[in-house]
Amino acid sequence: MLVVEDIILREITTILMPILQMYGIYIIAHGAASPGGGFAGGSVLGLSMMLYTLVLGRDKSLKKVPPKVTSLLVSFGPLWYASLGFIGIIGGVNYLTNKGAGVPLGTPGNLFSSGLIAIITVGVGLKVASTMLSLFHILSEEAEE
Amino acid sequence: MKRKLAASVIIALCSVMLLLTVAELPTYGETGMPAMNEVTEHYLNHGVEDGGATNIVSDIIVDYRAYDTLMETTVLFTAIMAVTITLKQR
Repeated sequence: MLVVEDIILREITTILMPILQMYGIYIIAHGAASPGGGFAGGSVLGLSMMLYTLVLGRDKSLKKVPPKVTSLLVSFGPLWYASLGFIGIIGGVNYLTNKGAGVPLGTPGNLFSSGLIAIITVGVGLKVASTMLSLFHILSEEAEE
Repeated sequence: MKRKLAASVIIALCSVMLLLTVAELPTYGETGMPAMNEVTEHYLNHGVEDGGATNIVSDIIVDYRAYDTLMETTVLFTAIMAVTITLKQR
């Protein structure tokens, strides 16, 4: 794939990178307290790595996030979600129950509140980010040849 | 010519039917429409105490409709698996 040689674009991207990823993590972490959540935050995280791939080249991006890591994360998301559902069964109620299973909810509005919602959101966020990134990598591999 | 005539007649009939259905739809934002039933009110009033999240959308997608979101992540997983199988070089 074409690597952009424009120095302005490269420098701006390297400056933007941590800010974008912080923002993505912020949206995922505050999914229970403010607008956002796993899908939105995961998209921002995935898009930041896609920008990195577009500007700094595919090889560098693959070094930062190896395909092994993305494929692991892709399977980790649904597994994490599905296994957390068993907390409900252990608590004596239906699968995927949050409050009824005795999960402590905390104070609504805090960062660490709402029991399973916040924990599941992290898994969904990682899943969406890694799905976008691995899709992009697979499709750009196609374009390279 | 005959095929084109038949096709245009079918298209005209279908669009008339669809337009009639659209004309029957309730006005957007009207309070009496079927979508504005007690479910919406329940989610808005009890969302915070049931799910614990102040973001009602999170309450709905991860608590009230957790199955839906679980299957949604599975759909994503299936999609990425299909793409990997068909396009991955090695």
